[in-house]
Amino acid sequence: MDLLLIFIGAAVVNNFVLSYFLGICPFIGVSGRLSSAVSMGMATTFVLVMTAMVTWVLQAYVLGPLRLEYLQTVAFILVVASLVQFVEMVIRKTSPPLYRALGIFLPLITTNCAILGLALFIQLRGYGFVQSVVFGLGAGVGFTLALCLMAGIREELDLADVPGPLRGAGITLLVAGTMALAFMGFAGMI
Amino acid sequence: MEPTLIPALVTMGGLGALFAGGLAFADRKLRVEEDPRIGDVLSQLPGANCGGCGLAGCQDFAVKVVGGEKAVTGCPVGGPDVAAEIARILGVEAGESVRLVARVLCRGTAGEHAAVKAGYVGPSSCAAKALVAGGEKACLHGCLGGGDCVDACQFDAIVLNENGLPEVIDELCTGCGACVTACPRDIIELHPEDRQLFVFCRNRDDPRTARKICAVACIGCGICAKKSDGAITMVENLAVIDYTRLDPSIIPVDRCSTKAIGFLHPAAPVADESAGQAASASAAG
Repeated sequence: MDLLLIFIGAAVVNNFVLSYFLGICPFIGVSGRLSSAVSMGMATTFVLVMTAMVTWVLQAYVLGPLRLEYLQTVAFILVVASLVQFVEMVIRKTSPPLYRALGIFLPLITTNCAILGLALFIQLRGYGFVQSVVFGLGAGVGFTLALCLMAGIREELDLADVPGPLRGAGITLLVAGTMALAFMGFAGMI
Repeated sequence: MEPTLIPALVTMGGLGALFAGGLAFADRKLRVEEDPRIGDVLSQLPGANCGGCGLAGCQDFAVKVVGGEKAVTGCPVGGPDVAAEIARILGVEAGESVRLVARVLCRGTAGEHAAVKAGYVGPSSCAAKALVAGGEKACLHGCLGGGDCVDACQFDAIVLNENGLPEVIDELCTGCGACVTACPRDIIELHPEDRQLFVFCRNRDDPRTARKICAVACIGCGICAKKSDGAITMVENLAVIDYTRLDPSIIPVDRCSTKAIGFLHPAAPVADESAGQAASASAAG
């Protein structure tokens, strides 16, 4: 029950993109087409879960015992960057079509603040290992959800008659704000 | 050294070394055999990553060319030489690739030809000027003179001349199209290098307004269109040339009262004369 709450909390109630406003860059940048949004969501989810595992282990067995908590940010960024590199290599080797589909989005995950945010949240809330993994998975699902919703809306918006000055980034930000308002309806449920 | 620093340095150094080692190991284990021709093609490309081919950079272009998704002539910057080299690597025919260069289609020097409606003080950027009531010139279609095209050019092939108008240096222009994108007024176009006849104006105002605000504007009288055998059509008070049907010898360029239509190099097409000098000379005369 506790794990389910963490999952739903990360995916919907405290959605990383629409409640914490983390990872806005890919949210705006990669939400043009639904297909690429799904791919980006998948890749980010994978990196989120891996990061949750590695940073938890790092904190529990290295930084914690040595009382080096103040190095969290630096160490976690190192972990994220290395992980993304590794994931890129693995995907390139195992699935060239997926590698081509993800293209530039894959290295971009490195600088996605949702990943670092997840690692820091885990420490802040004192989650255990399993809880961290579920939290990472929930955050990834929430990120994918937000990205896909946005991509769906933007694909429809392409056909709409948007006033000139609002075309492109303007209307996208307005939609993002409206979606964030809608997600505030979940606030306080957990 | 502070004693607290030592574990921090050791930990971070250790972590860095660990991840670096892991990645190096993974790189060796997971190395993907690339088509060696990709590297060969890449070494022939200009390497400016300008995006003129429509892809994310030279690497992307090399992959697509080797994969057959892009023509060997797809790099506008490299031109025929690079196309020939790529074709040799891939063992295919290059075909003919026409060298494209940027052409600036406005000759309205502010104050001299083009009426100035207001002074502008602020950031010298076309984008900024366009925001502030359309810049200092009364013409809302002409060059803003802010030099956004100059900034956009990675090859120093475009400069602002003494009249405040951009001047393309043909020898340096690679036809990547960055200036075309940068220009908020769409007065820069890519054309084959040897093309000579242009309408040096994008003004679509009605004839009276156009005549009033700029001495070298196309006022939409249509005299060139009437004698052009269909190669020139009038679209929104502007003469538009259909280059596929053009016969420059029958176009009555001398009849144009504002000299908006004319040859790039008015007397004899001299290749090594820079485009802008010819442009200003013709605008003055």
